[in-house]
Amino acid sequence: MIEVRDLTKFYGQRCAVDHVSFSVEEGEIVGFLGPNGAGKTTTLRILTCYMPATSGAASVAGHDVFTESLAVRQAIGYLPENVPMYTDMRVREYLNFRGKLRGLEKSARDAGIKRVAEQCWLGDFIERPIQQLSKGMRQRVGLADALLHDPKVLILDEPTVGLDPAQIRETRTLIKDLARRHTVILSSHILPEVEATCQRTIIIAGGKIVASGTPEQLKDRIRGGSRLIAEIHGPTSDVAGGVEKVNGVKHVAHTSNNGWVRLTIDTDKNADPREDIVKMSVQKGWRLREIRLEVGSLEEFFVQITAQQQMRDADRRRGTARPQEGAQA
Amino acid sequence: MKNVVALTQREFTTYIYSPIAYLTAFAFLVLTGILFTQNTLLPGEESSVRPLFFAMGSLFVFCVPILTMRLLSEEYASGTIETLMTAPVTDWEVILSKFLGVFLFYTGLVVLTVIHLLIIAIFGQIDVGVTLVAYLGLLLLGAFYASVGLFASACTRYQLLASVIGVGLLAILTFVTDFLSLQFPGARAVLGKVNVRGQFDVFCRGIFDTTSLIYFLSLTVFFLFLATKVLESKRWR
Ligand SMILES: Nc1ncnc2c1ncn2[C@@H]1O[C@H](COP(=O)(O)OP(=O)(O)OP(=O)(O)O)[C@@H](O)[C@H]1O
Ligand SMILES: [Mg+2]
Repeated sequence: MIEVRDLTKFYGQRCAVDHVSFSVEEGEIVGFLGPNGAGKTTTLRILTCYMPATSGAASVAGHDVFTESLAVRQAIGYLPENVPMYTDMRVREYLNFRGKLRGLEKSARDAGIKRVAEQCWLGDFIERPIQQLSKGMRQRVGLADALLHDPKVLILDEPTVGLDPAQIRETRTLIKDLARRHTVILSSHILPEVEATCQRTIIIAGGKIVASGTPEQLKDRIRGGSRLIAEIHGPTSDVAGGVEKVNGVKHVAHTSNNGWVRLTIDTDKNADPREDIVKMSVQKGWRLREIRLEVGSLEEFFVQITAQQQMRDADRRRGTARPQEGAQA
Repeated sequence: MKNVVALTQREFTTYIYSPIAYLTAFAFLVLTGILFTQNTLLPGEESSVRPLFFAMGSLFVFCVPILTMRLLSEEYASGTIETLMTAPVTDWEVILSKFLGVFLFYTGLVVLTVIHLLIIAIFGQIDVGVTLVAYLGLLLLGAFYASVGLFASACTRYQLLASVIGVGLLAILTFVTDFLSLQFPGARAVLGKVNVRGQFDVFCRGIFDTTSLIYFLSLTVFFLFLATKVLESKRWR
């Protein structure tokens, strides 16, 4: 449904998107996650034909965004980041106008407005001038506008910013429902949001894709940095030394308290030595009251990426280039 | 075509509700009224429509850019250009509709000046044929001014700057060439041909001249074309 190949965008000298490639299948919900200035909005603006890329190619619903721009624009519903709209119009009037631009006939417009008014809860303020609406209400009008012509592809730039918690939940449910018949790509800085709504996440930082996959895949990939926590009753040095020799254990740190040794165990990538540790302590007659895997959270991973990007940005400002570290995902 | 209708309708409606448009229209009507009573409506003066139309033409140099300044600058500044340009409409449709929207409002304004003509008709005779041709001239002049104003608005997100560019361009095209042709009689033949006032005067005298008609129409299309190119270039940045 969406194909992006080697997309690059320069604003003057500044590279905002750097050889980005990805694809989104029909009916998928994909989350575009990244810190401020990562290039999310820029990528989405290229996909919606608002601005052309410097190089690379992108197609939406089978149409090239550059050569078949009108067909792409007909096939998408777009919610821009700042939700700009004509504030002198009333909500219904605005939606009617937008429907005309998408080529909807009168009856289709009326039906469409009725539908989106329900989906986006515009009931209370559909007759009011947009000027008088709160940020969250406008956000809902913007979403309604994007849905009006029942587009194949929805491109939503931070769809839940400015909504109250109840609305956020409703919006997530709405987006999930939509994904049955539409393809959705949405951007966010907030990881739990993407985890809650999207089947697949693309993490972007500094204009580059640093990781992508389902939340489970991403977690698997960062398990390399995960740890075991165990508490075993026994002679401190024996316990620590014994555990260190177990297959797959890289490093052990320990503290002891009343004969209980608390171990923090770094493991090799993809190794899970929990069973071996349990067996060993049974053989030696040590008592074991806790053992658990501490999976590195996606949140940590994301924060780490963000921090790295900020460091690189700071370096760039100082004029000393640091080699691209990327996240070790 | 449907897009043009929808966009034009929205543009025109904005003028209907815009205080600035009304202030401009009001100022225009008051000023033409004053000029009219001081020049034309004097005992013994010939009851010709020519000075009145000429004065209106000059006032529009200032009024039209104020009407057109918001057309695109406002869209750039408020960000609505993003929703507009990601809807399935072409750049040319956008420009044409903006132009038609302001031109319709302008036409309404011009129609209101019929009041002055009626007063002349009470006190003397007016030549209906001459008046109609002069009105045609005024509409053509307005179309040209609106296209220049729209071009100026396409250039910048600042409405004030857009109006300054618009007035500046129109002043060069009307007053400056007029002034130069007075200063350099040698170049008068050429300058008179390219001069907006010279061409407009043809209509004010009641002469229907296809050269002048083509002059205004082609300049209008040219500036609309330029505006489209500028709008297009705003995507590449
Ligand atoms: N119109 C513009 N002109 C120049 N530079 C721009 C422009 N828009 C964005 N940039 C730059 O491009 C980079 C990417 O910006 P972009 O808006 O795509 O980030 P983002 O991921 O959407 O960030 P946020 O989460 O803050 O919305 C930033 O460094 C930004 O400064
Ligand atoms: Mg953004």
